Amino acid sequence: MYVTGIGIISAIGNNAHETIHSIKEGKSGIGVLNHISTKHKNDIVVGEVKSSNEELKKIGGISDSKIYSRTSLLGIIAAKEAITDAGINNIKECSTGIISATSVGGMGIIEDLYLDYLNPDNKGKYSEYVDTNECGDSTEKIADHLGIKDYVSTISTACSSSANSIMFGARLIKHGLLDRVIVGGTDSLSRFTINGFISLKLLDREICKPFDAERKGLNLGEGAGFIVLESEKTSEDKKRLCELSGYGNSNDAFHQTGSSPEGTGAYAAMKKALTVSGIEPDKIDYINAHGTGTEQNDLSEGIAIERLFWKNVPCISSTKAFTGHTLGASGGIEAVLSVLSIRHNMIYPSLNFHNPMPELGFIPEKKIITVNPVCNVLSNSFGFGGNTSALIFSRT
Amino acid sequence: METYICGTGLISPQKTFFNNDFLSEIVEYESNFLCCIEPDYKDFLEPSIARRMGRTVKMSIATAKICLKDAGIEIPDAIVTGSALGCMEATENFLLSMINEDEKFLSPTPFMQSIHNAIGAQIALQLKCMNYNFTFVHRGFSFENAVLDGMMLLAEGSAENVLIGGHDEMTERNFTIYDNVGCWKKNNTSAMQLINSTTNGTIAGEGAAFFALSNQVSERNIATLKGIKTIYKPANQIEIENKISELLGENKLTAEDIDVVIYGISGDARFDHSFYHVKDNYFVNNTSTWYKHLCGEYQTSSGFAMWMAAMMCKMQTIPSKVLIGENNRKTIKHIIIYNSFRNIHHSLFLISRC
Amino acid sequence: MDISTDELIDKLKGEIISQLKLEYLKKEDIDPDANLFGSGLGLDSIDALELNVLLEKNYGIKIQSAHVGRKVFKSVRTMAEYILKNKK
Repeated sequence: MYVTGIGIISAIGNNAHETIHSIKEGKSGIGVLNHISTKHKNDIVVGEVKSSNEELKKIGGISDSKIYSRTSLLGIIAAKEAITDAGINNIKECSTGIISATSVGGMGIIEDLYLDYLNPDNKGKYSEYVDTNECGDSTEKIADHLGIKDYVSTISTACSSSANSIMFGARLIKHGLLDRVIVGGTDSLSRFTINGFISLKLLDREICKPFDAERKGLNLGEGAGFIVLESEKTSEDKKRLCELSGYGNSNDAFHQTGSSPEGTGAYAAMKKALTVSGIEPDKIDYINAHGTGTEQNDLSEGIAIERLFWKNVPCISSTKAFTGHTLGASGGIEAVLSVLSIRHNMIYPSLNFHNPMPELGFIPEKKIITVNPVCNVLSNSFGFGGNTSALIFSRT
Repeated sequence: METYICGTGLISPQKTFFNNDFLSEIVEYESNFLCCIEPDYKDFLEPSIARRMGRTVKMSIATAKICLKDAGIEIPDAIVTGSALGCMEATENFLLSMINEDEKFLSPTPFMQSIHNAIGAQIALQLKCMNYNFTFVHRGFSFENAVLDGMMLLAEGSAENVLIGGHDEMTERNFTIYDNVGCWKKNNTSAMQLINSTTNGTIAGEGAAFFALSNQVSERNIATLKGIKTIYKPANQIEIENKISELLGENKLTAEDIDVVIYGISGDARFDHSFYHVKDNYFVNNTSTWYKHLCGEYQTSSGFAMWMAAMMCKMQTIPSKVLIGENNRKTIKHIIIYNSFRNIHHSLFLISRC
Repeated sequence: MDISTDELIDKLKGEIISQLKLEYLKKEDIDPDANLFGSGLGLDSIDALELNVLLEKNYGIKIQSAHVGRKVFKSVRTMAEYILKNKK
């Protein structure tokens, strides 16, 4: 299963080139919230994409009059970049599907118009709007924009969503149901989500500190990340960026929102991914951790990593102090970052890390390091509902 | 390797939560809003656990438990669910309190329940199932995607059994929203009269359908799931019929071999034409049936149809009220389900007797 | 606040039942001195957040730290005593 194209948009850049540039500069994209009006504006910092919806429409080449949620716009931009990167000129030349993922969906539209939707005086007025709330809306907007029809699906398993869409897409190719898939996810900030995370007391008022002993929570972010996966056959004459060599999904079955102290689900997901890849733990060069900066996740994930790697924990970092936690899109965005890590032989820093966690024997990388070569990258995504996923990308 | 259906569970607007009864008593609705007939959830959930659960969560967990009991499975090797709208009630509750309380004093419980994979997660939590757990949320394909994923897991050998489910709830507020954009019939409609309707709109429904799929031969097996196909925005009728031919061809069957076809006729004249075309031109000599007059229209209604197909295989009967015309088949060996949601998400299932 | 501790305990029981959706319990089922968390009612971390919301919404009291919260939410009585001490 080969990755032949990548596309990404987040708080640190509108494409892969800008993203790598920001990482090299050590520039976090987390800051003040601009494009959503909320009572909590001054209490939080977020990883917001710097463009307005109108600007996103221009970047994505969208000029029709359909109603596009911000989630859709971000998704179209990243998916389009991935297709272009993969050198795809004729989407119909072989069977192509899209598996996207989202958790917010079109909530950004409905939360402003909900009372209007319910008002009987508005009969017929919002016909174009109401369906944008559905998770499948952004996927279909992307599919229709790119001309993809052969298989269209959306997954939502909270923060592991787009890692799971990548896994599902890979398996569709393995079963011979498709020749190639565009897989990943997209999510945008919304008042609903901001308030939800505030009610769960999971947010840090400042830039998050993944794996830091003083960590106080996560920063919400937005963005989209897609990769093009192709079978052995269809990618024969193409530039293969790397291979998706392993994947695994498990469930913590511990609590609706919290992770188990022993990191059971996280451990199982990583182990499955290693088994599928046939790669031994000591061959993993870099772990792009889920590392949200919450008390529970980082401890749970850290313990699971130590259970799996013992004293030989590879280089590890969380990129969420760059991008924020992009929820349903995080698996896709971090998959792209994993591919870029292999392409650039670069291991990313965990920004804002200062104090080692006393419970763990490892610390994340504090600076960018060059490893020649980066061969195998493990990317973790763990979501609410105990949904734990891991992907492994390998140099070809 | 075959995929077997070895357990079922269904909560719907009909009296379906007892597996030994196949629509012996049909509720004939004269309403645009069909609600599920629900069991007493105390039989399935401790009150201390059920207290935080919205209606659709309770409905789905109860259905899943009925299904697992039917299949004789304690902990499935995988849990895959599909829902287009997720937990609407919880989403509405959080959204409204956010609006009405001006973003203050927000209770985390409805936010937590509004997360789309809440049901798959709760089932895993209840069963302490740490296995594969996916939730599909793609509109009229949500259930179909879950079914395909289940079949793939079994074919891969990653699982010997998979719990799959499709669920969607209709809330009063959501009914109003969709009423305002012309989804439903203008007046309360007799559900039985939806067939051959010439007016726009359909009737709202809901339900939770769970199935235990297995790759093991067993006396418990109810039916064989031979194949599933989905078609997104078919360009024309030919594309649909080619897909039907593909499904039949892969299973070395012809149109004549199909004993019963279950159509997802919704009564919405804007969207039903492809069903009638297939019935009148492709499956000409087969027994035709329909089901949305029993459960209403919702994006995972194929779950109801799949339950009907499984029961037909098991009981070898067809309830008279689901027939379109006469039943001209003596035995029920092969069944095709042909459904579509608003003529955008078309799906085909082939289910056969074991 | 012009209310006795016992009256407030009784009021709080009703509010706790409502906020935590414990409608299968009656006020008499809740021992005001029993642990709310751990072995008592067996509440969890989400319930702790809900109790914070209750205190803020109904009494205008914001708990500033988890450490303080653990003491305040030990039992219905400790909640009542904290409210009487801190409600403006």
